[in-house]
Amino acid sequence: MMQLRITENVHNWLFSVMPEGVASIVEMVLIAVVYLTIFAVAGLFLVLLERRVAAWFQLRIGPNRVGPQGLLQTMADAIKLLTKELTGTERADKFLYNLAPYFVIITALMALAVIPFSAEFHAFDINIGLFFLIAISSIGVIGILLGGWSSNNKYSLIGAMRSGVQTISYELSVGLSLLTMVVITGSLQLSEIIEIQKSGWLILQGHIPAVIAFMIFMISGTAETNRAPFDMVEAESELGAGFHTEYSGMKFAYFFLAEFINMFIISAIAATVFFGGWLSPFGITESIPELGVFWFLLKTMALVFLMMWFRWTFPRLRVDQLLTLEWKYLLPINLVNIVLMALLVWLNLTIRL
Amino acid sequence: MERIIFYALALIMIASALASVMSRRMLRSVIYLLFVLCGVAGVYFMMDYNFLGAIQLTIYAGGIIVLIIFSVLLVHHIEMRMEIAKTSKLLFTGLACALGMAVFLSVIYSYEFEVTGQSSGTEVIDIGEKLLDYGEGGFILPFEVISVLLLAAMVGAIVIAKGTALAENKNENT
Repeated sequence: MMQLRITENVHNWLFSVMPEGVASIVEMVLIAVVYLTIFAVAGLFLVLLERRVAAWFQLRIGPNRVGPQGLLQTMADAIKLLTKELTGTERADKFLYNLAPYFVIITALMALAVIPFSAEFHAFDINIGLFFLIAISSIGVIGILLGGWSSNNKYSLIGAMRSGVQTISYELSVGLSLLTMVVITGSLQLSEIIEIQKSGWLILQGHIPAVIAFMIFMISGTAETNRAPFDMVEAESELGAGFHTEYSGMKFAYFFLAEFINMFIISAIAATVFFGGWLSPFGITESIPELGVFWFLLKTMALVFLMMWFRWTFPRLRVDQLLTLEWKYLLPINLVNIVLMALLVWLNLTIRL
Repeated sequence: MERIIFYALALIMIASALASVMSRRMLRSVIYLLFVLCGVAGVYFMMDYNFLGAIQLTIYAGGIIVLIIFSVLLVHHIEMRMEIAKTSKLLFTGLACALGMAVFLSVIYSYEFEVTGQSSGTEVIDIGEKLLDYGEGGFILPFEVISVLLLAAMVGAIVIAKGTALAENKNENT
């Protein structure tokens, strides 16, 4: 119960030295700082991981000079980006141009707050957790659309339009595949969803439809984060860099980090909903709750690796293939899958350990 | 604390609502409108109507605003500005707004709001059960009517989108 004690101690200490109102504000600020730190560290770490994994798939070594095993490479990159000049296009809509990265960042941060890292490490356990995540993820695309349009660049605009089409379509599949799992859990609250999985992870409890839902979620999640093979948005060889062509320095870094954090969020949701979140497999470390974060991160990283595997293995899709995949295959399968899952729950065919 | 948040939200909403109608750049207006809608969602969250707040975010912020942005991106050039309307039109609109405002304010101030004291958050399970409830106070009929309406809208959209292609097929068949 170490974490609980740390947060509790800080909480008690704050309220003992300050008046109540000030203490609660200071506490909120502290939590916000902690999450911002997680955001930055996780983002930088994931960029490094991506580069190492890419190198591994392409039989290279990857970044290995800065720090042991290249661990400080992305830190150095971040500092380089911080010192770079912020350029902009002429006759761009400066207000929207500067606003766009924050949409992407803020939605990613809000989604991060809902995710349960462990039983205690959970900033915002809202009773509609899963639905809140879906709602938040639908706003992120606004940042991309704005960024593409307001930089006054044709390539950016095309990238933004593609992103809009893609995100709006695949959002549907993300939502429906999560709803399939909600049929089993009967609750949208993430802590309760994990509680239910103490009698077997949901992918086991719901067996066939759960596996289908997981596959659909991973495919549409990859598409929603605009990663290869669904990276029509950026498509280096066609569009320069897509919607963030005109961004430089730290503003570019915001988009870049948010993309990786979104990948982390998608994996974290999958780990939470399908693989029991911070629960240990078969409850082997049930007596040591501190390991919750470890198991959660292990599962999430495994899924992150899966998404990186997609990226460096599959060739990029065309726009029409992308839309055909969603509307003609994933969506109908998904709808049938929900009915199948409902039938399973109704006939009590779920597997419980 | 809650009072401060409420006034902050209200200020943001009013300021962006004004900015939304006064901005001469179309996309900026849309973004200000987005701020207003997010502010409304914030008020819902403050009242513990989490479900309604999330719905507000999904439908308005994530759905309608994205749709509007999309259509603006398709038709609007970045350097275009909206025209300033004629003075007579301005006067008329101002008058209509003042009238609406007067009705609105008089209704709000004449209504006696009851202070409930305790707020209880609505569970999603209750909402679901009410939606499918065909007994007294159930919402199954409106729920079904809306789904039929949406189906009709979808069919209509497909017909419009297919347009000539459908008509040509018919000609070939006959």
